[in-house]
Formats: sequence, C-alpha cells, structure tokens
Amino acid sequence: MSIPLIVFFACALLAVAGAVTLILAREPVHSALALIVVMLSLAILYLLLGSDFIAAVQILVYGGAIMVLFVYVIMLLNAGAEERTDFSKLAKFAGVPLGFFLLLWTAHWLAHSPAGRAAGTGGAARHGVSTIDLSLLIFRKYLFPFEATSILILVAILGALVLARKSE
Amino acid sequence: MEFITQHPVLVVSLGKIAVLLFVIMTVLAYLSWFERKVIAHIQSRWGPYYVGAHGLLQPLADGIKFLFKEDLTPPVADRLVFTLAPFLALALALTAIALIPFGPPMQLLGQQVFVVSNSEIGLLFLFAITSIGVYGIVLAGWSSNSKYALLGGLRSSAQMISYEVSLTLSVVGVLLLAGTLNFNGIIAGQQGYWWHLIPRWHIFPQIIGFFCYLTAAIAETNRVPFDLPEAETELVAGFHTEYSSFKFAMFFMAEYANMITVSCLATILFFGGWLSPFPDRWTWQLFLPGAALLATGVYTAFDTVAQMRGLKRLQMTIVTLLALGIGSLCLIPVVAHVIQGPFWFSVKVFLFMFFYVWIRATLPRFRYDQLMSFGWKLLLPVSLANLVGTAAWFVWGWMRHG
Amino acid sequence: MSMIPVSWYLVLSAILFGLGVVAFVFKRNIITIFMSIELMLNAVNLAFVAFARAHNQLDGLVFVFFVIVVAAAEAAVGLAIIIMLAQNRESLNIERVNLLKF
Repeated sequence: MSIPLIVFFACALLAVAGAVTLILAREPVHSALALIVVMLSLAILYLLLGSDFIAAVQILVYGGAIMVLFVYVIMLLNAGAEERTDFSKLAKFAGVPLGFFLLLWTAHWLAHSPAGRAAGTGGAARHGVSTIDLSLLIFRKYLFPFEATSILILVAILGALVLARKSE
Repeated sequence: MEFITQHPVLVVSLGKIAVLLFVIMTVLAYLSWFERKVIAHIQSRWGPYYVGAHGLLQPLADGIKFLFKEDLTPPVADRLVFTLAPFLALALALTAIALIPFGPPMQLLGQQVFVVSNSEIGLLFLFAITSIGVYGIVLAGWSSNSKYALLGGLRSSAQMISYEVSLTLSVVGVLLLAGTLNFNGIIAGQQGYWWHLIPRWHIFPQIIGFFCYLTAAIAETNRVPFDLPEAETELVAGFHTEYSSFKFAMFFMAEYANMITVSCLATILFFGGWLSPFPDRWTWQLFLPGAALLATGVYTAFDTVAQMRGLKRLQMTIVTLLALGIGSLCLIPVVAHVIQGPFWFSVKVFLFMFFYVWIRATLPRFRYDQLMSFGWKLLLPVSLANLVGTAAWFVWGWMRHG
Repeated sequence: MSMIPVSWYLVLSAILFGLGVVAFVFKRNIITIFMSIELMLNAVNLAFVAFARAHNQLDGLVFVFFVIVVAAAEAAVGLAIIIMLAQNRESLNIERVNLLKF
C-alpha cells in the first residue's frame, strides 16, 4: 500500500460514510455535519488528483459559505428532529435490492468502459495543475460564461433580497 | 526505517510541526499574560502580579486550573457535537498557521525550514481553512441547547459570512500587485526601496485595502469591538456559556491562534513579511535582535536587583540570564543571519498583537444592527472601490506603455 | 508510487450520486432535501475532476468552478425560499408543502 492509495481509501470511506449518515441522521444539523465531512474528503481527493485550486475553492465556497448558510438557516428556524413517515413496502423490498444491483452494474460498466480503462493509465501522478493555466482558460476561452455567472450571482442576490424583504 | 528514507517529506514535516506546535502553544499561553498585563496598565492597574515575578507564571497556573476544573456537559446538550466543537475550533485555528512562512525560503535537506507547507496557492488555502473555522463557534452555540449560546452562534455565523466577503475583497488588491497566491512570492515582490529608503511594501499603495483588511480581520476573530458572539453584557458569555474546564480553554486558545494567523497574514500581505524595514546597506541591523535581547537582559537585571525579593528574585535572575545568553548567541554572525527573517516577522506580528489588545482596551462594542450595516454598507463598498481603483490603475499603466 | 485508476474515482462518484438520490427521495425535511441536491452536485464535480485528470485537459476543472458558483447562487435563493416557506407553513416537513398538488 502506498500513501496515495491509503489516502484515497480513507477519503472514499469517509465520503460514503458521511453520505450514509446524511440519510440516517434525524437532526438536520447532524445531516449538515455529515455533508461537510463529505465535502472535505472530496477536497482531499481533488488534491490527490492534482487540482489544488479546485480543492481550495471547494473548501472555501462549499465548506466556508454554502454549508455555513445551511447551518445558519437550520439554527434560525430551530429545525427539530425530522418527522418520519413509513415508506411503502414496495420501496423496501424491491427498491433497495434494485438500487444495489444498479450500483454494482454501474461500477462494473465504469470499470470496463473505454473511458474508465483509458483513464486508468492517467492515474494520480502528483504533479499539480498550474493555477495560471486554469485562470488563462477561465479568462480567455470561457470568458463569456464567466461573465454570465456574475450576472447569475447578481440575479441570485436580488432574488434573495426580494424574498427576504419584509412585506408591508 | 525504510519508510522514513522513502518519505523524507513526511518526517521533516512532522519535525517542523512538532517544533511549531511547541512554539505556538507557548506563545498562546503568554499572549493571555500579555493581554491582561497591557490592558491592566492602560487602565492603571497592575494586572497578574502574584504568581511568579511580574505574574510570569500566571499562564502555567491558569493551565493547571483549567485542567483540574470539573468538565460539565449540560444534560440537554447534544453530546457528540458539544464535544466536537472546541476540538474543531482549535484544530482549524492551528492548521492555518502551518501555511505561514516565518522566514526566508532557506533550504535544509531539500526542505524549507521556516514554513511547514509552502503551497503554490497558500493564500487561498489559508482563507479556506479560516473560513471553516466558524463551525467551532456555530456548533458550540447550537449544541449547548441554551438560548444565550444559540444567539451567540447565530450572530457569529452571520457576522463571519458578512465580514469574510470584505476580508477577501480587501486582499485582492494586493494580489493584483503581487501576481501570485504563494506567500513567498508575495513577500519577494515587496523587496526593494523607493528613494533607497522607504521599503516597497504593499501598505503604501494599498492603504485603503489595509484598513479594510484590519477591520474585517478583527471582526473575523470575534474581538472587541466586534465580539458580538460573546457579548457578556447581553449574552452571558455567548457561544461558550455552557463550556467549562479544558473545553473552554480550547476556545480561548483558538481565539488567540486566530489572532496570530490574521496578524501574520497582515504582515505578509502589507508589511513585507520577514523583510527588514531598513535598507540593506545598513549592516548594523544584523545585530539588532541580539542587541535588543541584551538590552532586555540589562533592564531585567536592574529590575531583579532593585525590585525583586526572595523566590521572585531567583525567577527574574533566570529570565535575565536567558535574555543575556540568547542575546549574545544572536550576535554570532551566522546565527544573526539565520535569525534575521524570523526576528522581523515576529516583531511585526507582535506589533499587530499589541494593536489588538490596545483596541480591546479602548473601544466599546458595536450594537448588532450597527455591526451589520457597517459591514455591508461601508466596509464592502470601500473594499470593492479599492479593488476597482487598483485594477483601473493597472489598465491605465498598460494603455500608456502598451 | 502506484497509480489509482480513474475508474475508482468514477465509481465513488456514482456511489455518492446514488446516495444523494436516495437522500432526496427519503428525507422529509426541506433543508436536508436541499442538502442532498448539494451532495449530488458534489458527486458530479468529482467525476468532472477525475475526467479532467484522465484526459489532461483543464476544461473539466473550469466546469467544476462554474458548478460551485452556480451552487452558491442556488443555495442563497433556495434558503431564502425555505425561510419563507417555514414562516408561512410553520413546518419544514415537505409533505405540508402541497398546495400545488391535486
């Protein structure tokens, strides 16, 4: 076992465990914490894949802004434990095994697809993506989408303000 | 053994982390002493005085007290999150320090000596780590299941998100000047002098950005006058109302560690990091650290003879001997060269810490609505204007010179 | 240093996406449902980064960047809507929000 392999399995396990906890937890704050764990372990996986910039942005935006907002709203609304409703028997006896089957089938297909196999040689050699190259790409080739996202953010700010405004 | 030879990075990093952790923990302990002492003198009091000479053993006494106090957990609290929160706060606050270079990029065994991790995008990672530091406070507030703690947590998350925007925007001006996110690169870009005298630090072109950064940084670390999350006149103790014993101490240490981080960042971004403020041709500055320590030693020697009696005289003698010994060691040219960078870095950071304490001793607390309108309606537009102005200056330069 | 096949990252991404779908269907709290959407977006991001690595092209990373930006905008508006809903319905249970349902 080499170190990247250990890191990969640790982070993968952590991410899956976090996602499962997100489903099983009844307190919304616990779910939010589980999701933060998923996001942080994904950030480490991005580091392993050599994209430092994306890892930093992942922690900064997802961990530091979006999830803080979620936790804030949960605290603000004082969301208590979730009410459980019993879902149908069909889901329990047919849905779960079918889901597992689908998952295994997808994994098998991914491992044997041309993309998966061709990718296998790409591996995770640790020479990082240069942030300069990435920014050149964003500000030259993808300049128009980049500017479009700024308008999107402006619209989102306006929308949030309109929703939050006290109605007279 | 084979593992160690195969992964020298791991071993060297672990060594650096151990040393840094020891130094930081000592500094954190003595910062509390420093803060109490300075505030006391500003308010015409003596401050800690009884434990050790000049209260120098007070941090030790405090530490022992924190360790042996009863550790209470409220029965209605969410046990897991309640325990997790202080660890999260302290661990994240300490992790951020790993990215900060304390001295020039000197190499030893193929590794940089004065920084644990020299990332190509260090600044971005630092912001990432400090931005998730808020969870310690928010989760502490939520899990305590108490109204004061909850209000403290709510306030803190709103405040952190609001001021983080201004904090990041105020730094972008410096990034435009430096053209890199790497700390060593940012500091290297501040080398040189205007008229052979004034150092080319970013503080001079970016003075507006600096003041925005300073204000937002004080708010980010929840210090007076922005310490709304723990406003004791309204919220008992805010988010750490229910915490006792060592968990409380961890929040305390996390706050000081955050102060150190933002001070280090201010030093790196605006004040040239480890660079000396004097021109290179003034060679006598090489002996400044040693001379300063020797002067301290002489002063404490005088203090020992004139003021101290009994056990305290013995303690002050030890301090005097340490100061004189290390001071004369620093006069050796080789040591003086190595110590130069870390010396100037710590002097600048120390000045920022003093500034923090000074602010705390003099300013009253904001009201909550004032805090929010100040952050969004004044600080954010000003830092945005600074960014736009810097960018415009660059574009103007390009248009003139092509 | 041994290589980690990119297909492993893709499998992990598939698992996370699947768990996100499961959470989306099973959860009853609006906020956690919203969180499971974020989980799915994250899973997709992982696939993007893995493919960008496999093909040595940075375009995938730019996409991840855009996805994160859009997710931030979406969270701001979505949470504002959730606060309005919670104030109007006095509950966060998704089954109480059925005004448009016949």
